Amino acid sequence: MHKLVASIYKEALLLTRDIGGIAILFIMPLVLVITITLIQDSTFKTVSASKIPVVFVDKDNGEVSQYIFNGLLASNSFEIIKKTSEEEAATLVLKGDYQLAVVIPEDLSVDLQKEISNNVENVLSKFGLESDTVKTESKIKIEKEVKLYFDPATQGTFKSAVINGIEKMVSQIETQSIYKAFQSQLGEEDTLIFDTKSFITFKEINPSNRNQEIKPNVSQHNVPAWALFAIFFIIVPLSINIVKEKNQGTFVRLQTQPVSYFTLLAGKTIVYLGVCLIQFTLMLLIGIYVFPYIGLPKITIFERLPLLYLVAVFAGLAAIGLGILLGTLAKTQEQSAPFGATFVVILAALGGVWVPVFAMPKGMQALSNISPMNWGLRAFYDVFLRKTSFFEVLPEITMLFLFFVVTSAIAIFYYKKKNAI
Amino acid sequence: MIEICQLSKKYKYAEDFSISKLDLTIKDEEIFGLLGPNGAGKTTLISILSSLIKPTSGHFTINGLTYKEHSKKIKQIIGIVPQEYALYPTLTASENLFYFGSMYGLTGNVLKDKMNYHLELLGLSRFANKKVENFSGGMKRRVNLIASILHSPKVLFLDEPTVGVDVQSKNVIIEYLQQLNKDGTTIVYTSHHLNEAEDFCHRVAIIDKGCIITKGIPTDLIKQQKHTHNLEDVFLSITGKALRDHA
Repeated sequence: MHKLVASIYKEALLLTRDIGGIAILFIMPLVLVITITLIQDSTFKTVSASKIPVVFVDKDNGEVSQYIFNGLLASNSFEIIKKTSEEEAATLVLKGDYQLAVVIPEDLSVDLQKEISNNVENVLSKFGLESDTVKTESKIKIEKEVKLYFDPATQGTFKSAVINGIEKMVSQIETQSIYKAFQSQLGEEDTLIFDTKSFITFKEINPSNRNQEIKPNVSQHNVPAWALFAIFFIIVPLSINIVKEKNQGTFVRLQTQPVSYFTLLAGKTIVYLGVCLIQFTLMLLIGIYVFPYIGLPKITIFERLPLLYLVAVFAGLAAIGLGILLGTLAKTQEQSAPFGATFVVILAALGGVWVPVFAMPKGMQALSNISPMNWGLRAFYDVFLRKTSFFEVLPEITMLFLFFVVTSAIAIFYYKKKNAI
Repeated sequence: MIEICQLSKKYKYAEDFSISKLDLTIKDEEIFGLLGPNGAGKTTLISILSSLIKPTSGHFTINGLTYKEHSKKIKQIIGIVPQEYALYPTLTASENLFYFGSMYGLTGNVLKDKMNYHLELLGLSRFANKKVENFSGGMKRRVNLIASILHSPKVLFLDEPTVGVDVQSKNVIIEYLQQLNKDGTTIVYTSHHLNEAEDFCHRVAIIDKGCIITKGIPTDLIKQQKHTHNLEDVFLSITGKALRDHA
């Protein structure tokens, strides 16, 4: 026991002597969580201070183009710059000056009106009703294209959002035009006989336990995800610590002393687990006390704190197990540091920190199931967003603990095999 | 007593044996010098005896104990002073000694008293609370030595303990080791400083290409060889003047 206490004391001293390292260990994850949350928050906020500049070319100059223009303006997400030439707009987008150009084709309003009138006349004639108005000239179906030029660097999610938005606007104006055409054909232009308001509306409901609804927000999503990312980054300093001991000769001395590798690793595990928990605490404090001051939603914890720390402890253990294994296998810091950093990023990607697991290809989803970061993230989301009980996160924390046991056991086995006399 | 029997070591991918079928007995309370050119096999032998690497074949005992059966007991009765400074640079001398002493199972006042005693003897009391990274080479060597003898080992292995230190530090280290030997510690020591070995060692063995070429009391070895006046002459006459560079 005394040897373990001395090991813990030594590891704590080594950490505290490296003030720069400590600062990086604690400050960088905080900077990370604030930066990512701010960026994601502004991306999804409906009322945003920053607006995306969009080139708008109106060749129609009619009711439809005005409706789309007003719709884009009303979204508050776009700053609209009007241009007259489609070529100029396309060039500006290609150069990357603008992310998007919307080109409304010539006579869109007129042709839409003609198309709808034709259709309405056809419908009414089937019922034996004749229109009083002059018959439309052409019965030829005309297809019109609203062209959207996207900057090649534009991400798919943004493209989809814009396309969906414009489709919705066009669909709304088509519906309204159909209603108007019917009224016109029926000679009831002055009275409102059709209610053009949407009949079907949507209501977002967040299923909740214990009569406490947590509204998911950008902070509730980001704090656990990036706290987990920071926890797993402990792999890098821990593996460097082990490799450094091997290279500076202290490990040689320890090998000749009557102390087990298990005791040495236990000392490191306890100290680095403490670091993980301090990191996690700082993240929570930032989410609770700092986020509201910088315009971000505050994270809500309720009475979940013990369960959150339980998940953090097991996530920390999993990360430490991996760090111990990497440090034991690596011969140089040049091997351990870049590998550790890259591997954490891969684990984060597989774990669903950036892209939700359900949106991944099937193969990656299968891989995700064996990523400890995925188990950790699921457990954190369970506690943060679903408000589950201890028993519901038990499978995830068991997996995290088993991961720690297996990686540490491999490290000890490798060490003993390599150093067996 | 250390008894070595037919001990050999061949490293992975190496063409030759680093040590080959070595037989050697080192008596209790002896200061025994392992001398030889670079790559002769001195460090390999010390590393095997201190459990850092395993031999390819052969066996050895330390005070009648074998590693396979009594690893923990052997580790408790030996001390190793490695060639490099096996210390944590950002910790102070006291912190390093506290940690390594604790790993030998020393605790409380016993450990503190031993640390203070040895720091005083080696002239480092004033610097006990200074970080090792700020020490000179000689000071680091002395802390390196103390870290290996806090538990009063029966056998002390030293791999070139005076390399890169000034004359004053070397003198303090040698006197200190002699005192340890008088107190009953068996010392096995490697060095390139042959004059130092001549004065310091009770017996020496000259190793070359993994084999013991000669062994005995330094003065006897000098007498046995013609036209030799000191151990360095003996060494050159036996191992030759050709360079022993290897990679």
